[in-house]
Amino acid sequence: METSIYFFILATLAVVSGLITITRSHPLSATLSLVVTLIAVAGLYALLSADFLFVIQILVYAGAILALMVFVIMLLNVSPQEMPPEPGIKTRVALTLLFLSPFFFLVERAIMLQYRSQSTDFLPISTDFGTIQAVGQLLYRDYYFSFEIISVLLLVALVGVVALAKRRA
Amino acid sequence: MPGLIHYLTVSALLFFIGMAGFIARKNIFIMFLSVELMLNAINLSFIAFSRHLNQLDGHIFVFFVIAIAASEAAISLALVILLYKNRQTLNVDDFNEMKG
Repeated sequence: METSIYFFILATLAVVSGLITITRSHPLSATLSLVVTLIAVAGLYALLSADFLFVIQILVYAGAILALMVFVIMLLNVSPQEMPPEPGIKTRVALTLLFLSPFFFLVERAIMLQYRSQSTDFLPISTDFGTIQAVGQLLYRDYYFSFEIISVLLLVALVGVVALAKRRA
Repeated sequence: MPGLIHYLTVSALLFFIGMAGFIARKNIFIMFLSVELMLNAINLSFIAFSRHLNQLDGHIFVFFVIAIAASEAAISLALVILLYKNRQTLNVDDFNEMKG
């Protein structure tokens, strides 16, 4: 019962602040409401007993990536007059959502057809599901090669950003 | 109790909100945020399936998606800074040299 209440609150928060994100005219307020979405999604991870990813989501996503975003927006310091003129943002977004709604209902119908027969509740799991220990063991035992490739990818991103930054515009 | 279908519904809602933002907006920052929203929607459904199937592999996928999102954010923000320095605009309609 408690889980349902938490789920409802977090899901509503995520969807509403997601809608706020795409309707703000200034990117800074959009970024800050995206932080709310990301933290609400992190709460949903916690409800799904993904402890490790709950922490990673808050640290890396809401903490690092969005802080980088806010940093860049403040660094550019774009005045509201220089923003792209977008008259009637809310109407445009509402019309786009209306245009996309048939696809949403298609997806929803597919989910219902496939999983409605399952019992709504999740099966009980062992206590170490999703902990740092369990995820880490799986990561270093079965996915070690992908892990190494990801580290190479991050290095490539680092070198690429430095190369872009050093170029004289 | 919320089950798999509820989490998948929230995930689909977030994904379509992100897609609408990507289509409807012209501000390059907001389009970038919409992409992040879509990535998060997919992460949520990965974790919901992981819980449903009682397998941790979905968590590994989400971990990799977050790593790729981080590198994507770094590179695209560097590109946005360069574009703004050169063109003094954030409107994606003005970035049209490579008409395809």
